[in-house]
Amino acid sequence: MSATRADVCVVALAECFRGDGEIVANPIGTIPMIAGRLARATFAPLLMATDGEAALIANDGAFAWPEGRVVEYYNPYRSMFDVVWSGRRHVVMGATQIDPYGNQNFAAIGADYARPKTQLIGFRGAPGNTVNHATSYWVANHSPRVFVEKVDVVTGVGWDRAAAAGAGALEFLDLRRVVTNLAVLDFGGPDHRLRLVSVHPGVTVDDVVAATGFELARAGMIDQTRLPSDEELRLIREVIDPGDQRHVELPEEGA
Amino acid sequence: MSSKLMSPEAVVATLEEGMTIGIGGWGSRRKPMSIVRAIARSSLRDLTVVSFAGPDLGLLCAAGKVRRAVYPFASLDSIALEPHFRAARQSGAVEDVPFDEGMFLLGLQAAAWRVPFLPTRVGLGSDLMKLNPLLSTVRSPFTDGTELVAVPAFELDAAICHLNRADERGNASFLGPDLYFDDLFLRAAPTRRFISAERIVPTAALAEEAGTELRLRIARIMVDGVVESPGGAWFTSCVPDYERDEELQKQYAAAARSPEDWAEFYRKHVEVPS
Repeated sequence: MSATRADVCVVALAECFRGDGEIVANPIGTIPMIAGRLARATFAPLLMATDGEAALIANDGAFAWPEGRVVEYYNPYRSMFDVVWSGRRHVVMGATQIDPYGNQNFAAIGADYARPKTQLIGFRGAPGNTVNHATSYWVANHSPRVFVEKVDVVTGVGWDRAAAAGAGALEFLDLRRVVTNLAVLDFGGPDHRLRLVSVHPGVTVDDVVAATGFELARAGMIDQTRLPSDEELRLIREVIDPGDQRHVELPEEGA
Repeated sequence: MSSKLMSPEAVVATLEEGMTIGIGGWGSRRKPMSIVRAIARSSLRDLTVVSFAGPDLGLLCAAGKVRRAVYPFASLDSIALEPHFRAARQSGAVEDVPFDEGMFLLGLQAAAWRVPFLPTRVGLGSDLMKLNPLLSTVRSPFTDGTELVAVPAFELDAAICHLNRADERGNASFLGPDLYFDDLFLRAAPTRRFISAERIVPTAALAEEAGTELRLRIARIMVDGVVESPGGAWFTSCVPDYERDEELQKQYAAAARSPEDWAEFYRKHVEVPS
Protein backbone atom coordinates (compact mmCIF):
# COMPACT_ATOMS: atom_id res chain seq x y z
CA MET A 1 0.00 0.00 0.00
CA SER A 2 1.38 3.43 -0.83
CA ALA A 3 0.83 6.39 1.45
CA THR A 4 -0.44 9.80 0.37
CA ARG A 5 0.87 13.08 1.76
CA ALA A 6 -2.21 13.28 3.97
CA ASP A 7 -1.41 9.81 5.36
CA VAL A 8 2.15 10.94 6.15
CA CYS A 9 0.80 14.04 7.91
CA VAL A 10 -1.60 11.90 9.94
CA VAL A 11 1.26 9.74 11.18
CA ALA A 12 3.50 12.74 11.88
CA LEU A 13 0.73 14.29 13.98
CA ALA A 14 0.01 11.00 15.72
CA GLU A 15 3.69 10.89 16.70
CA CYS A 16 3.17 14.16 18.61
CA PHE A 17 1.18 12.17 21.19
CA ARG A 18 3.77 9.40 21.71
CA GLY A 19 4.63 9.09 25.38
CA ASP A 20 1.83 11.38 26.57
CA GLY A 21 0.28 8.73 28.82
CA GLU A 22 -3.20 9.13 30.28
CA ILE A 23 -4.32 12.60 29.15
CA VAL A 24 -6.95 14.10 26.85
CA ALA A 25 -5.64 14.30 23.29
CA ASN A 26 -7.50 17.19 21.71
CA PRO A 27 -6.40 17.58 18.11
CA ILE A 28 -8.54 20.18 16.32
CA GLY A 29 -9.17 19.89 12.58
CA THR A 30 -9.71 17.01 10.20
CA ILE A 31 -6.22 15.53 9.82
CA PRO A 32 -5.27 16.12 13.48
CA MET A 33 -8.48 14.36 14.60
CA ILE A 34 -7.59 11.31 12.52
CA ALA A 35 -4.06 11.45 13.92
CA GLY A 36 -5.23 11.46 17.53
CA ARG A 37 -7.41 8.42 16.91
CA LEU A 38 -4.52 6.64 15.18
CA ALA A 39 -2.16 7.32 18.07
CA ARG A 40 -4.65 5.82 20.52
CA ALA A 41 -5.40 2.82 18.31
CA THR A 42 -1.67 2.01 18.09
CA PHE A 43 1.13 3.23 20.36
CA ALA A 44 -0.70 5.54 22.81
CA PRO A 45 -3.64 3.48 24.12
CA LEU A 46 -4.11 5.50 27.32
CA LEU A 47 -5.20 8.71 25.54
CA MET A 48 -8.74 10.01 25.94
CA ALA A 49 -10.49 11.71 23.01
CA THR A 50 -13.48 14.00 22.46
CA ASP A 51 -16.36 13.47 20.07
CA GLY A 52 -16.22 17.18 19.24
CA GLU A 53 -19.32 17.83 21.34
CA ALA A 54 -19.67 17.05 25.03
CA ALA A 55 -18.29 13.55 25.54
CA LEU A 56 -15.00 11.69 25.69
CA ILE A 57 -15.48 8.54 23.65
CA ALA A 58 -13.58 5.28 23.38
CA ASN A 59 -14.38 4.61 19.69
CA ASP A 60 -11.61 4.59 17.09
CA GLY A 61 -13.56 6.33 14.31
CA ALA A 62 -12.77 10.03 13.90
CA PHE A 63 -16.06 11.36 12.54
CA ALA A 64 -18.74 8.67 12.58
CA TRP A 65 -19.52 5.80 14.91
CA PRO A 66 -21.92 3.46 13.14
CA GLU A 67 -21.37 0.94 15.92
CA GLY A 68 -22.62 3.52 18.43
CA ARG A 69 -20.60 5.89 20.59
CA VAL A 70 -18.91 4.43 23.65
CA VAL A 71 -18.86 7.31 26.13
CA GLU A 72 -16.12 7.25 28.77
CA TYR A 73 -16.88 10.62 30.34
CA TYR A 74 -19.41 13.44 30.12
CA ASN A 75 -17.33 16.46 29.20
CA PRO A 76 -19.32 19.63 28.49
CA TYR A 77 -17.36 22.82 27.77
CA ARG A 78 -17.25 23.72 31.42
CA SER A 79 -15.49 20.46 32.31
CA MET A 80 -13.06 21.00 29.46
CA PHE A 81 -11.59 23.97 31.32
CA ASP A 82 -11.05 21.73 34.33
CA VAL A 83 -9.07 19.46 32.02
CA VAL A 84 -7.16 22.35 30.40
CA TRP A 85 -6.22 24.02 33.67
CA SER A 86 -5.18 20.72 35.25
CA GLY A 87 -2.62 20.32 32.49
CA ARG A 88 -3.78 16.83 31.51
CA ARG A 89 -4.31 17.68 27.86
CA HIS A 90 -2.37 17.99 24.62
CA VAL A 91 -3.99 20.21 22.03
CA VAL A 92 -3.21 20.51 18.33
CA MET A 93 -4.35 23.89 17.06
CA GLY A 94 -4.23 25.57 13.67
CA ALA A 95 -2.41 28.84 13.04
CA THR A 96 -3.05 31.57 10.51
CA GLN A 97 0.36 32.97 11.49
CA ILE A 98 3.18 31.50 13.57
CA ASP A 99 6.56 33.01 14.40
CA PRO A 100 10.03 31.55 15.16
CA TYR A 101 9.25 31.20 18.90
CA GLY A 102 5.85 29.60 18.41
CA ASN A 103 3.66 32.65 18.97
CA GLN A 104 0.44 31.86 17.14
CA ASN A 105 -2.28 34.08 15.67
CA PHE A 106 -5.79 33.16 14.59
CA ALA A 107 -7.62 36.26 15.84
CA ALA A 108 -7.06 38.98 13.24
CA ILE A 109 -4.72 40.02 10.43
CA GLY A 110 -3.49 43.56 10.01
CA ALA A 111 -1.43 46.21 11.81
CA ASP A 112 -4.43 47.91 13.47
CA TYR A 113 -6.35 45.58 15.77
CA ALA A 114 -9.18 48.12 16.13
CA ARG A 115 -9.82 47.82 12.41
CA PRO A 116 -8.23 44.63 11.12
CA LYS A 117 -7.71 43.83 7.48
CA THR A 118 -9.18 40.40 8.18
CA GLN A 119 -11.13 39.42 11.28
CA LEU A 120 -10.66 35.72 12.11
CA ILE A 121 -12.15 33.50 14.82
CA GLY A 122 -10.91 35.38 17.92
CA PHE A 123 -8.57 34.31 20.73
CA ARG A 124 -10.65 31.18 21.32
CA GLY A 125 -8.82 29.03 23.95
CA ALA A 126 -5.28 29.67 22.70
CA PRO A 127 -3.97 31.85 25.55
CA GLY A 128 -5.17 29.35 28.14
CA ASN A 129 -4.15 26.22 26.28
CA THR A 130 -0.58 27.30 25.67
CA VAL A 131 0.27 28.31 29.24
CA ASN A 132 -1.37 25.23 30.75
CA HIS A 133 -0.43 22.12 28.80
CA ALA A 134 1.24 20.51 25.81
CA THR A 135 0.52 22.29 22.54
CA SER A 136 1.35 21.34 18.98
CA TYR A 137 0.31 22.99 15.74
CA TRP A 138 -0.95 21.80 12.37
CA VAL A 139 -0.43 23.99 9.30
CA ALA A 140 -1.98 22.58 6.12
CA ASN A 141 -0.41 25.23 3.86
CA HIS A 142 3.22 25.82 4.81
CA SER A 143 4.00 29.22 3.32
CA PRO A 144 5.77 32.52 4.11
CA ARG A 145 2.35 34.05 4.82
CA VAL A 146 1.90 31.62 7.71
CA PHE A 147 5.49 31.36 8.95
CA VAL A 148 6.21 35.01 9.65
CA GLU A 149 8.94 36.86 11.57
CA LYS A 150 6.29 38.54 13.75
CA VAL A 151 2.61 37.65 14.15
CA ASP A 152 0.06 40.49 14.04
CA VAL A 153 -1.66 39.29 17.24
CA VAL A 154 -0.31 36.84 19.85
CA THR A 155 -3.16 34.43 20.63
CA GLY A 156 -1.16 31.28 21.49
CA VAL A 157 1.90 32.12 23.61
CA GLY A 158 5.41 31.38 22.30
CA TRP A 159 8.62 30.74 24.23
CA ASP A 160 9.96 34.30 24.15
CA ARG A 161 6.71 35.92 25.21
CA ALA A 162 6.19 33.41 28.00
CA ALA A 163 9.72 34.00 29.30
CA ALA A 164 9.11 37.76 29.30
CA ALA A 165 5.78 37.34 31.11
CA GLY A 166 7.33 35.40 34.00
CA ALA A 167 6.82 32.19 35.93
CA GLY A 168 3.02 32.13 35.67
CA ALA A 169 3.27 31.90 31.90
CA LEU A 170 6.39 29.77 31.65
CA GLU A 171 5.72 27.19 34.37
CA PHE A 172 3.58 24.87 32.24
CA LEU A 173 4.36 26.13 28.73
CA ASP A 174 5.09 23.04 26.66
CA LEU A 175 5.22 23.74 22.92
CA ARG A 176 5.97 20.46 21.21
CA ARG A 177 5.87 20.36 17.44
CA VAL A 178 4.60 22.03 14.31
CA VAL A 179 3.50 19.60 11.62
CA THR A 180 2.84 21.00 8.14
CA ASN A 181 2.00 19.66 4.71
CA LEU A 182 5.77 19.76 4.03
CA ALA A 183 7.65 18.96 7.20
CA VAL A 184 7.90 18.36 10.93
CA LEU A 185 9.43 21.07 13.12
CA ASP A 186 10.10 21.39 16.83
CA PHE A 187 11.38 24.12 19.15
CA GLY A 188 14.86 22.67 19.65
CA GLY A 189 16.68 25.61 18.04
CA PRO A 190 18.66 28.28 19.97
CA ASP A 191 16.39 29.98 22.58
CA HIS A 192 13.61 27.54 21.65
CA ARG A 193 13.49 28.74 18.07
CA LEU A 194 11.61 26.67 15.51
CA ARG A 195 13.80 23.92 14.05
CA LEU A 196 13.36 21.71 11.03
CA VAL A 197 13.38 18.06 12.07
CA SER A 198 12.16 16.09 9.04
CA VAL A 199 10.80 16.64 5.56
CA HIS A 200 7.96 14.58 4.13
CA PRO A 201 8.73 12.16 1.26
CA GLY A 202 8.96 14.16 -1.99
CA VAL A 203 9.86 17.42 -0.19
CA THR A 204 13.37 18.92 -0.04
CA VAL A 205 14.91 21.03 2.69
CA ASP A 206 15.08 23.88 0.18
CA ASP A 207 11.32 23.61 -0.39
CA VAL A 208 10.74 24.12 3.33
CA VAL A 209 13.23 26.97 3.61
CA ALA A 210 11.59 28.72 0.65
CA ALA A 211 8.15 28.31 2.23
CA THR A 212 9.23 29.79 5.57
CA GLY A 213 9.34 33.56 6.12
CA PHE A 214 12.22 33.48 8.62
CA GLU A 215 15.46 31.65 9.19
CA LEU A 216 14.83 28.12 10.42
CA ALA A 217 17.16 26.32 12.76
CA ARG A 218 18.04 22.85 11.52
CA ALA A 219 18.48 19.58 13.34
CA GLY A 220 21.96 18.03 12.97
CA MET A 221 20.54 15.48 10.63
CA ILE A 222 17.28 16.18 8.84
CA ASP A 223 15.43 12.92 8.32
CA GLN A 224 12.62 12.01 6.05
CA THR A 225 9.31 11.88 7.92
CA ARG A 226 8.50 8.24 8.51
CA LEU A 227 6.00 6.45 6.32
CA PRO A 228 2.90 4.83 7.80
CA SER A 229 3.12 1.12 8.43
CA ASP A 230 0.71 -1.20 6.61
CA GLU A 231 -1.28 -1.59 9.81
CA GLU A 232 -1.47 2.19 10.28
CA LEU A 233 -2.69 2.61 6.70
CA ARG A 234 -5.31 -0.04 7.24
CA LEU A 235 -6.56 1.67 10.40
CA ILE A 236 -6.65 5.08 8.73
CA ARG A 237 -8.46 3.84 5.62
CA GLU A 238 -10.83 1.27 7.02
CA VAL A 239 -11.53 2.27 10.60
CA ILE A 240 -10.71 5.88 11.41
CA ASP A 241 -11.41 7.77 8.18
CA PRO A 242 -13.25 5.49 5.75
CA GLY A 243 -15.00 8.56 4.30
CA ASP A 244 -11.62 9.93 3.13
CA GLN A 245 -12.04 13.29 4.90
CA ARG A 246 -8.25 13.68 5.10
CA HIS A 247 -7.98 14.10 1.33
CA VAL A 248 -10.67 16.78 1.38
CA GLU A 249 -8.42 18.78 3.69
CA LEU A 250 -5.21 17.86 1.85
CA PRO A 251 -5.91 16.63 -1.70
CA GLU A 252 -3.23 14.49 -3.31
CA GLU A 253 -1.39 16.48 -5.97
CA GLY A 254 -2.29 15.32 -9.45
CA ALA A 255 -5.15 13.27 -8.06
CA MET B 1 -48.61 30.74 41.34
CA SER B 2 -46.84 33.78 39.95
CA SER B 3 -46.37 33.50 36.22
CA LYS B 4 -43.38 35.22 34.63
CA LEU B 5 -44.61 34.67 31.09
CA MET B 6 -44.03 37.60 28.78
CA SER B 7 -43.47 38.43 25.10
CA PRO B 8 -40.11 39.08 23.41
CA GLU B 9 -41.23 42.68 22.95
CA ALA B 10 -41.89 43.00 26.69
CA VAL B 11 -38.35 41.72 27.33
CA VAL B 12 -36.94 44.34 24.96
CA ALA B 13 -39.00 47.05 26.67
CA THR B 14 -36.97 46.50 29.86
CA LEU B 15 -33.68 47.18 28.02
CA GLU B 16 -32.08 50.56 27.46
CA GLU B 17 -29.63 52.13 25.09
CA GLY B 18 -26.00 51.46 26.01
CA MET B 19 -26.71 48.41 28.17
CA THR B 20 -24.46 45.36 28.50
CA ILE B 21 -26.33 42.21 27.54
CA GLY B 22 -25.09 38.66 28.15
CA ILE B 23 -26.39 36.12 25.64
CA GLY B 24 -26.31 32.35 26.33
CA GLY B 25 -25.67 29.44 23.98
CA TRP B 26 -22.43 28.72 22.14
CA GLY B 27 -21.50 29.64 18.56
CA SER B 28 -24.50 28.68 16.45
CA ARG B 29 -26.06 26.49 19.15
CA ARG B 30 -29.15 27.18 21.26
CA LYS B 31 -29.05 30.97 20.86
CA PRO B 32 -32.10 32.97 22.07
CA MET B 33 -32.75 34.23 18.55
CA SER B 34 -36.42 35.20 18.95
CA ILE B 35 -35.42 37.76 21.60
CA VAL B 36 -32.30 38.71 19.62
CA ARG B 37 -34.50 39.42 16.61
CA ALA B 38 -36.83 41.51 18.78
CA ILE B 39 -33.80 43.55 19.86
CA ALA B 40 -32.81 43.93 16.21
CA ARG B 41 -36.28 45.35 15.44
CA SER B 42 -36.20 47.76 18.38
CA SER B 43 -34.83 51.28 18.64
CA LEU B 44 -32.10 50.14 21.07
CA ARG B 45 -28.54 51.21 20.22
CA ASP B 46 -24.96 51.15 21.44
CA LEU B 47 -25.27 47.78 23.14
CA THR B 48 -22.38 45.84 24.57
CA VAL B 49 -22.86 42.16 23.71
CA VAL B 50 -21.19 39.55 25.94
CA SER B 51 -21.31 36.17 24.24
CA PHE B 52 -19.65 32.93 23.15
CA ALA B 53 -20.65 34.47 19.90
CA GLY B 54 -22.45 33.30 16.83
CA PRO B 55 -25.31 34.79 14.84
CA ASP B 56 -26.57 36.59 17.96
CA LEU B 57 -23.63 38.99 17.77
CA GLY B 58 -23.53 38.96 13.97
CA LEU B 59 -27.20 39.74 13.49
CA LEU B 60 -27.12 42.57 16.04
CA CYS B 61 -24.01 43.99 14.35
CA ALA B 62 -25.73 43.87 10.96
CA ALA B 63 -28.75 45.61 12.48
CA GLY B 64 -26.52 48.40 13.82
CA LYS B 65 -27.20 47.68 17.50
CA VAL B 66 -23.71 46.89 18.75
CA ARG B 67 -21.14 49.32 20.04
CA ARG B 68 -18.87 46.82 21.77
CA ALA B 69 -18.29 43.08 21.44
CA VAL B 70 -17.02 41.16 24.48
CA TYR B 71 -16.29 37.67 23.17
CA PRO B 72 -13.77 34.83 23.00
CA PHE B 73 -14.72 33.77 19.46
CA ALA B 74 -17.36 34.45 16.82
CA SER B 75 -18.33 31.46 14.70
CA LEU B 76 -21.27 29.81 12.99
CA ASP B 77 -19.73 26.35 13.65
CA SER B 78 -20.43 24.80 10.24
CA ILE B 79 -19.30 28.13 8.75
CA ALA B 80 -16.08 28.87 10.59
CA LEU B 81 -16.23 32.68 10.71
CA GLU B 82 -19.19 34.97 11.49
CA PRO B 83 -19.47 37.09 8.32
CA HIS B 84 -21.57 39.95 9.72
CA PHE B 85 -19.28 40.36 12.71
CA ARG B 86 -16.27 40.29 10.38
CA ALA B 87 -17.79 43.05 8.27
CA ALA B 88 -18.44 45.16 11.36
CA ARG B 89 -14.89 44.63 12.64
CA GLN B 90 -13.23 45.29 9.31
CA SER B 91 -15.12 48.55 8.88
CA GLY B 92 -14.16 49.60 12.41
CA ALA B 93 -17.83 49.85 13.40
CA VAL B 94 -17.51 47.72 16.53
CA GLU B 95 -15.21 48.11 19.52
CA ASP B 96 -13.49 44.79 20.24
CA VAL B 97 -12.90 43.47 23.77
CA PRO B 98 -11.28 40.05 23.29
CA PHE B 99 -11.17 37.22 25.83
CA ASP B 100 -9.95 33.64 26.06
CA GLU B 101 -12.96 31.33 26.29
CA GLY B 102 -11.96 29.91 29.68
CA MET B 103 -11.38 33.41 30.97
CA PHE B 104 -14.98 34.12 29.99
CA LEU B 105 -16.09 31.45 32.43
CA LEU B 106 -14.17 33.26 35.19
CA GLY B 107 -15.68 36.67 34.39
CA LEU B 108 -19.18 35.22 34.57
CA GLN B 109 -18.36 33.19 37.69
CA ALA B 110 -16.88 36.22 39.47
CA ALA B 111 -20.06 38.18 38.78
CA ALA B 112 -22.21 35.24 39.89
CA TRP B 113 -20.22 34.96 43.15
CA ARG B 114 -20.18 38.73 43.64
CA VAL B 115 -16.40 39.03 43.86
CA PRO B 116 -14.53 41.70 41.83
CA PHE B 117 -12.26 39.27 39.98
CA LEU B 118 -10.94 35.73 39.76
CA PRO B 119 -7.25 34.91 39.20
CA THR B 120 -5.84 32.73 36.45
CA ARG B 121 -2.64 32.20 34.52
CA VAL B 122 -4.68 32.41 31.30
CA GLY B 123 -3.75 35.48 29.30
CA LEU B 124 -0.17 35.83 30.52
CA GLY B 125 2.20 36.34 27.59
CA SER B 126 -0.63 36.81 25.08
CA ASP B 127 -1.81 40.03 23.45
CA LEU B 128 -5.00 39.90 25.53
CA MET B 129 -3.09 41.85 28.16
CA LYS B 130 -2.45 44.63 25.64
CA LEU B 131 -5.73 44.59 23.72
CA ASN B 132 -8.28 44.10 26.51
CA PRO B 133 -8.42 47.18 28.75
CA LEU B 134 -10.55 45.36 31.35
CA LEU B 135 -7.79 42.92 32.29
CA SER B 136 -5.22 43.51 34.99
CA THR B 137 -2.69 41.47 36.93
CA VAL B 138 -2.58 40.50 40.58
CA ARG B 139 0.22 39.05 42.69
CA SER B 140 -0.35 35.98 44.83
CA PRO B 141 -0.29 37.01 48.52
CA PHE B 142 1.27 33.67 49.43
CA THR B 143 4.94 32.72 49.44
CA ASP B 144 4.98 31.83 45.73
CA GLY B 145 4.29 35.47 44.81
CA THR B 146 3.20 34.47 41.29
CA GLU B 147 1.85 37.22 39.09
CA LEU B 148 -1.51 36.18 37.62
CA VAL B 149 -4.23 37.69 35.50
CA ALA B 150 -7.23 39.20 37.30
CA VAL B 151 -10.36 38.58 35.23
CA PRO B 152 -12.93 41.18 36.29
CA ALA B 153 -16.50 40.23 37.11
CA PHE B 154 -18.69 40.78 34.05
CA GLU B 155 -21.18 43.49 34.88
CA LEU B 156 -24.28 42.48 32.96
CA ASP B 157 -27.37 44.69 32.77
CA ALA B 158 -29.33 41.79 31.34
CA ALA B 159 -28.95 38.09 30.47
CA ILE B 160 -30.87 36.21 27.79
CA CYS B 161 -30.85 32.43 27.20
CA HIS B 162 -32.90 29.88 25.28
CA LEU B 163 -33.75 26.54 26.92
CA ASN B 164 -35.62 23.46 25.78
CA ARG B 165 -38.36 23.42 28.44
CA ALA B 166 -39.45 25.84 31.15
CA ASP B 167 -42.33 26.26 33.52
CA GLU B 168 -44.04 29.63 33.75
CA ARG B 169 -42.23 30.48 36.98
CA GLY B 170 -38.75 30.28 35.37
CA ASN B 171 -37.50 26.79 36.18
CA ALA B 172 -36.00 25.27 33.05
CA SER B 173 -34.21 22.26 31.61
CA PHE B 174 -31.68 21.68 28.87
CA LEU B 175 -32.22 18.49 26.86
CA GLY B 176 -29.24 18.70 24.50
CA PRO B 177 -25.62 17.68 25.04
CA ASP B 178 -24.41 20.78 26.87
CA LEU B 179 -25.87 23.50 29.10
CA TYR B 180 -22.96 25.68 27.92
CA PHE B 181 -22.73 28.62 30.36
CA ASP B 182 -26.39 29.59 30.43
CA ASP B 183 -26.74 29.17 34.19
CA LEU B 184 -23.73 31.41 34.77
CA PHE B 185 -25.08 34.13 32.47
CA LEU B 186 -28.34 34.09 34.44
CA ARG B 187 -26.50 34.13 37.78
CA ALA B 188 -24.10 36.87 36.64
CA ALA B 189 -26.81 39.43 35.88
CA PRO B 190 -28.36 40.90 39.05
CA THR B 191 -31.60 41.83 37.26
CA ARG B 192 -33.30 41.52 33.83
CA ARG B 193 -32.70 37.77 33.56
CA PHE B 194 -34.77 36.33 30.75
CA ILE B 195 -35.20 32.90 29.23
CA SER B 196 -37.12 31.76 26.21
CA ALA B 197 -38.07 28.11 25.87
CA GLU B 198 -39.31 25.77 23.17
CA ARG B 199 -42.26 24.81 25.32
CA ILE B 200 -43.79 25.90 28.61
CA VAL B 201 -44.78 22.85 30.64
CA PRO B 202 -46.13 22.19 34.14
CA THR B 203 -43.33 22.03 36.71
CA ALA B 204 -43.76 18.27 37.20
CA ALA B 205 -43.22 17.72 33.48
CA LEU B 206 -39.71 19.20 33.56
CA ALA B 207 -38.04 16.20 35.21
CA GLU B 208 -40.49 13.83 33.55
CA GLU B 209 -39.53 14.94 30.03
CA ALA B 210 -35.83 15.17 30.86
CA GLY B 211 -35.89 11.65 32.32
CA THR B 212 -33.73 12.92 35.20
CA GLU B 213 -33.52 15.89 37.53
CA LEU B 214 -29.85 16.35 36.51
CA ARG B 215 -30.97 18.43 33.53
CA LEU B 216 -32.98 20.91 35.62
CA ARG B 217 -30.18 23.45 35.82
CA ILE B 218 -32.05 26.75 35.65
CA ALA B 219 -33.95 27.69 38.83
CA ARG B 220 -36.63 30.35 39.12
CA ILE B 221 -34.42 32.36 41.53
CA MET B 222 -32.25 32.97 38.45
CA VAL B 223 -35.04 34.16 36.15
CA ASP B 224 -37.21 37.29 35.96
CA GLY B 225 -39.11 36.59 32.76
CA VAL B 226 -40.06 33.63 30.57
CA VAL B 227 -40.93 33.72 26.88
CA GLU B 228 -42.66 30.79 25.21
CA SER B 229 -40.93 30.55 21.89
CA PRO B 230 -41.22 27.39 19.79
CA GLY B 231 -38.37 27.47 17.28
CA GLY B 232 -36.88 30.27 19.36
CA ALA B 233 -33.28 29.28 18.62
CA TRP B 234 -33.95 29.75 14.90
CA PHE B 235 -31.74 28.98 12.86
CA THR B 236 -29.21 27.77 15.43
CA SER B 237 -29.38 24.21 16.75
CA CYS B 238 -31.66 23.29 19.63
CA VAL B 239 -31.27 19.53 19.88
CA PRO B 240 -33.13 17.32 20.51
CA ASP B 241 -35.98 19.63 19.44
CA TYR B 242 -34.31 20.46 16.12
CA GLU B 243 -30.95 20.60 14.39
CA ARG B 244 -29.43 23.78 13.00
CA ASP B 245 -31.15 24.96 9.79
CA GLU B 246 -27.98 24.87 7.69
CA GLU B 247 -29.72 26.14 4.57
CA LEU B 248 -31.07 29.21 6.34
CA GLN B 249 -27.71 29.77 8.03
CA LYS B 250 -26.10 29.77 4.58
CA GLN B 251 -28.58 32.41 3.42
CA TYR B 252 -27.87 34.44 6.56
CA ALA B 253 -24.11 34.24 5.92
CA ALA B 254 -24.49 35.09 2.24
CA ALA B 255 -26.52 38.17 3.17
CA ALA B 256 -23.27 39.77 4.41
CA ARG B 257 -22.23 40.28 0.77
CA SER B 258 -24.05 43.60 0.34
CA PRO B 259 -26.48 45.96 2.09
CA GLU B 260 -29.13 44.93 -0.45
CA ASP B 261 -28.73 41.25 0.38
CA TRP B 262 -28.94 42.06 4.08
CA ALA B 263 -32.05 44.22 3.59
CA GLU B 264 -33.69 41.33 1.78
CA PHE B 265 -32.78 38.84 4.51
CA TYR B 266 -33.89 41.28 7.20
CA ARG B 267 -37.24 41.83 5.53
CA LYS B 268 -37.91 38.11 5.14
CA HIS B 269 -36.55 36.76 8.42
CA VAL B 270 -36.02 39.47 11.02
CA GLU B 271 -38.76 42.02 10.44
CA VAL B 272 -41.48 39.43 10.98
CA PRO B 273 -42.31 39.10 14.69
CA SER B 274 -41.71 35.56 15.90
